[in-house]
Amino acid sequence: MLCEICKKNQATVHYTKITNGKIEELHVCEECAANNSEFNFESPFSFHKLWTGLMDGFQDSKQKKTVEKLACPFCGMDYSQFRQTGKFGCAKCYETFRDNLMPLLKGIHGHDKHVGKIPIRANKKAANERKIEKLKEKLNELVQREAFEEAAKVRDQIKELEKSLEDSEE
Amino acid sequence: MPKWIEGSAPYEDVVVSTRIRIARNLANYRFPQKMSVQEAEKLTQEILDVMKNIPENANYKFFKINGLTPTERIAYIEEHIISPALIQKPDHSSFLLREDEKAAIMINEEDHLRIQVLLPGLNFEEGWELINRIDDFLESSLNYAYDNRLGYLTACPTNVGTGLRASAMVHIPCLSIIGHVDDMIRSFNKIGLTVRGIYGEGTEAAGNLYQISNQVTLGEDEEEIMRKLKNVIYQIINKERYVRDDLLKKRRYEIEDRVFRSYGILKYARRISSKEAMDHLSNVRLGKEMGIIDNMEFKQIENLMIEIQPGYIQRLAKRELDDKERDIMRAKHIRENLL
Repeated sequence: MLCEICKKNQATVHYTKITNGKIEELHVCEECAANNSEFNFESPFSFHKLWTGLMDGFQDSKQKKTVEKLACPFCGMDYSQFRQTGKFGCAKCYETFRDNLMPLLKGIHGHDKHVGKIPIRANKKAANERKIEKLKEKLNELVQREAFEEAAKVRDQIKELEKSLEDSEE
Repeated sequence: MPKWIEGSAPYEDVVVSTRIRIARNLANYRFPQKMSVQEAEKLTQEILDVMKNIPENANYKFFKINGLTPTERIAYIEEHIISPALIQKPDHSSFLLREDEKAAIMINEEDHLRIQVLLPGLNFEEGWELINRIDDFLESSLNYAYDNRLGYLTACPTNVGTGLRASAMVHIPCLSIIGHVDDMIRSFNKIGLTVRGIYGEGTEAAGNLYQISNQVTLGEDEEEIMRKLKNVIYQIINKERYVRDDLLKKRRYEIEDRVFRSYGILKYARRISSKEAMDHLSNVRLGKEMGIIDNMEFKQIENLMIEIQPGYIQRLAKRELDDKERDIMRAKHIRENLL
């Protein structure tokens, strides 16, 4: 397998990133890995560091520092501040500290998944997302059957839905 | 009398009030603790603009905390209309109070919005119906911070999910006499419920009044949370009533003596602290609960329990009073209102 960045060298570094259940895979050569901050495991925001920090239960003070330096890009809250006050600075903090948060929530509530009320607005969004998924499956099938005229129609439908999703997020 | 006390009050011999609150935040603002005054004002205006169109046949009055005197602020807490946390940052915070005082919307407490419904007696169904309607209305125009997995996002992770805190204030003097309250509190903690003082989190119990509420907000839906809480409250009602009957049979003179001594003190005292007054009013309520005295309604006793608090007494006096003046004024107010 060739490196996905330089497309020249053999890929020897295989990287799987899981964010909120979304899996991203990247296969690169050592050289490109060294130049890419995503793979720089010494960087303060390294995913790998974070993870090991959690696994070690924050035993290692160097790793502990890494987590505590993690700061929310929207409100500037960092993890040590959160630990001191027990309160987040904004809704985006839930994204920023998500990985550290899940075990904490499980500890507080015994659960880590909401099953209660859903706002009508979010409901619509979830429904639209589901619709898009279904249409994409249909599109694949149409393309395989070489029914390109129909496929084009479905593609436009998907585009429209995706656009309305983006608009509602703004 | 606070208006919310009016109306039917199921199980009022044990349950003083039902309170439901939900925490909500807007997606595009920092949480109140990180907010500047300008941001807080912008958010408040956004909420006020939306509230102008609320379709209910009820008017809401708007109060800014920094527009109230310190005494008035405390009096609203004593009436249970706002929480102690709302007055911590007076320049940020405000609230909207429905005409009948059964619903209040606190703005920039710990979260952007704390919607609260307060009803006399045990009444989770009506409370939930009302608060859900207000929430649906606000949500149709405001962009709530909501996450598909974690639900409503709140400043404190202990509220995330439903953002719901449902509670009932119970008066349980007899469970207290036989020494069962501590055991009860411990057993509640095991099933995800918690017992708080009369003004909510971090406040003390007074006059044998305890606020029992859910602790967990994630992983259980609203109906389930309230069903569980209601079942526990029913058990408390049954136990307290059983012990009342039992004590009346076995220790009648002791209980009567307790009730009438308290009644006598309240009727004739010339100076009384709020703590002492609460303890005696609790005994008078006990007398009413056990049928020993019947010249007062539950609502009148509850109302006195609120009106004798330090902030309320000063509101009645229409001026600031020092400790000693308050104790004199309080004793006078009780003498005039105790039937």
